Amino acid sequence: MNQQNANPYTLGEIEQGTPCCVPQPLLQVRDLAVSYGEKTVLSQVSLDIYKGCITALIGPSGCGKTSFLTTLNRLTDQQAHAQVSGQILFDGQDLLRDPIDTLRLRRRIGMIFQRPNPFPLSIWRNLELPLKEHGVQDRRVRAQKIEQALRDVGLWNEISDRLDSSALALSGGQQQRLCIARALVLEPEILLMDEPCSALDPISSGVVEELILRLRGRYTVIIVTHNLAQARRVANYAGFFWMTERVGKLIEFGQCRHLFESPGHELTAAYISGARG
Amino acid sequence: MSIAMKRSNNRVDRRLGQIFSLLSAGAALLLMLIVLFLLNESWPFLASFWHEGHWLDLFQSQGWYPLEGRFGMTPMILASIAVTLGAMLLALPLGLANAIYLEFYASPVTARGFRLLLNLLAGVPSVVFGLWGLTRLVPLITQWQPPGASLLAAILVLTLMILPTIALTSASALASVPKDLLAGSMALGMRRKTQILHIMLPAARSGIASGALLATARALGETMAVLMVAGNVVQLPSGLFEPVRVLTANIALEMAYAMGDHRASLFASGLLLTLLVWLLSWVAHRVNSQSQRLAHHG
Amino acid sequence: MADRLFAWLMLGCAVLVVASLLWVLSDVLIEGFAHFSWSFLITEPVDAGRSGGIGPILISTLWILLIALAAALPLGLGVAIWLSEFAPRNSRFAVHTGITLDILAGVPSIVYGLFGNAFFSIYLGMGFSLLSGGLTLACMILPIFVRTCESGLRAVSDDWRKGALALGMTRSSAIWHILLPAARPAIVAGMVLGIGRATAETAALLFTSGYVDRMPESLLDSGRALAVHIYDLSMNVTGGDGAAYASALVLVVLIISLNTLAQSLVDNWFKRRLVVS
Repeated sequence: MNQQNANPYTLGEIEQGTPCCVPQPLLQVRDLAVSYGEKTVLSQVSLDIYKGCITALIGPSGCGKTSFLTTLNRLTDQQAHAQVSGQILFDGQDLLRDPIDTLRLRRRIGMIFQRPNPFPLSIWRNLELPLKEHGVQDRRVRAQKIEQALRDVGLWNEISDRLDSSALALSGGQQQRLCIARALVLEPEILLMDEPCSALDPISSGVVEELILRLRGRYTVIIVTHNLAQARRVANYAGFFWMTERVGKLIEFGQCRHLFESPGHELTAAYISGARG
Repeated sequence: MSIAMKRSNNRVDRRLGQIFSLLSAGAALLLMLIVLFLLNESWPFLASFWHEGHWLDLFQSQGWYPLEGRFGMTPMILASIAVTLGAMLLALPLGLANAIYLEFYASPVTARGFRLLLNLLAGVPSVVFGLWGLTRLVPLITQWQPPGASLLAAILVLTLMILPTIALTSASALASVPKDLLAGSMALGMRRKTQILHIMLPAARSGIASGALLATARALGETMAVLMVAGNVVQLPSGLFEPVRVLTANIALEMAYAMGDHRASLFASGLLLTLLVWLLSWVAHRVNSQSQRLAHHG
Repeated sequence: MADRLFAWLMLGCAVLVVASLLWVLSDVLIEGFAHFSWSFLITEPVDAGRSGGIGPILISTLWILLIALAAALPLGLGVAIWLSEFAPRNSRFAVHTGITLDILAGVPSIVYGLFGNAFFSIYLGMGFSLLSGGLTLACMILPIFVRTCESGLRAVSDDWRKGALALGMTRSSAIWHILLPAARPAIVAGMVLGIGRATAETAALLFTSGYVDRMPESLLDSGRALAVHIYDLSMNVTGGDGAAYASALVLVVLIISLNTLAQSLVDNWFKRRLVVS
């Protein structure tokens, strides 16, 4: 396994339409392993996340992709008996070892979940609450940021007339875009997305996917998806996870186009051609 | 992913967590204090009986003459049990019938009104039921079989008190039975009565049973309503029209002037009541968890 | 045929129960109104309560209730939050606290009266007073209030906890801004249950707050609760039935209006922060 992973960081030519992709690793993950109690769910994961790029993580359910995401913003801390080893370098700090202010870290690394989870508050309060929480005291600054975030996700024109109504009254797709806006309003550097479209209908899913594409360049996005076509459409880089001996492992990581067109591992080839998983 | 607090490096969170865990420790301590004080207050009584080997005398019918140092609680224990059993015997079938009516027969409007009435009555203070029993029910029974204040009066008033609880908990137990069960039995062409009695009731039995056990605990622990209508003569319950005194009423009646061993004996009877209620809630808990296990395996 | 009979039987039982419940209610209403007047509410009882009113008794009742709620609600909410949000998973202490609470919820009220008499009145030297009565009632309603609030908090979707954490919000503000408002129905239900029980309670007050029907001068003064007044009038005062029924009417109306008040207070308080359509 290590042979395949040994040097996956060679960067091919920059793909067209992605002027953002500077080969500059923002996040370096080395030999990451996650276990819950006795059960190891993920091991030997090493990869680089490049600034401004979209990285898609694919693979069958239960092979540790979500666990991988939650180690990056230290949400795994909240789980009883979760143990994480390895190294995650972000901005010169090891997220797993150095004393990290997790609250500030989560401001810099936002997360979107599979099921849209707007708070049971008004649309406005949904976006205002995190800003207040992170010390943005000036009401006008907040209003500005909120409007900007809503415009970024294309919700402003749809709902600017009912910002005081409940966020739960929005449609599923709108809710998910609101959640993305809620993450964007904190101006994070990285956005983690855990199957953001899988709970949505095809049309909403398309809208959200388009939105993700528009984020490319301005934000660094790591997206877990089961939808191979989607991964192919949006991602610059892709990683393929697979379960071997009941432990999730990163089988292959590289440029998205390479991974899909000339996979370097037979498991990858089998998975993307739909033979397995 | 389930979220549980493991550690937080936020100061406010840590402080708040500490405050709340202190509060919880305080609450737990308070609860221990209750048991401790009951034990402490009844200790002289329990200990003297233990030493003198009169332990069983408590339950033998040498009579309740506290001022002469004779503390036979048997008549009152039996009266408590008789009143509780009698009330359950009446309230359980009636409450179940009401629940069935609510869930399967009543029109939505009727059901809503009925439910409202039951909820209202479940909130009426026991002392009001006692007042009503004393001024309405007891005179009625007196006309029929004097003296009126009797085991029967206590049973009837308690029945009225616990009926709303039983009906409401059974109705919600019936309502939580999966609807496809009913559809399935309908598809088999079963009669409505058969469906209800042989499919729905058994499926809801654990909810009904735990509701009934809680109602039993409430009936056993009820003081005022029984105190006001039962006549309060310490004697073995020998007939429906005989006055009786239950354990709870005894405490309420004699605490005001009890001293020394007498006072300790009242605390001991309080402990006994608590033990009985614990037993009931433990059984209720077992019934509930057992049926849940069955549901998982079946 | 048997089916029809069964239906009639069920209807018969319902009619029987409704009729007897209505009988009780109508007696309380009719007899109560016969002896009721507005001055009944504010005047002192005369001739052991046969005539006069229930002014001081109403005041004592409200004080006892206030003390009970002031002690039980903050403590109970704190314990509930700790149990559902802070307690480590599988913590033995938390499990045992829960079990103890369940057991205590079923302990007969007269036993609480015994405890209150031994602990508050005698051991702490509060004597027969509003304070010891109120604190005894606080102990009595605490378990059920904690359990209702706790189950309400547990029922709040984990998605919101995850969302708040991922935004870098502190646990405290997630609880304050999102979880508590979302658990509002359960908190109201717990309050209503507690108020109902505390206001209706007689047995636990007989030996803690006492019988004295004068206007209480301080919290360490003895005061007679409304329920105790009804008991005393009907059992110990011949010719007190009219006043007893009027007091019963006041008690029932008091419970209903306190519940409505609690409902609207809590609703208003939370509505400022929570908009749910």
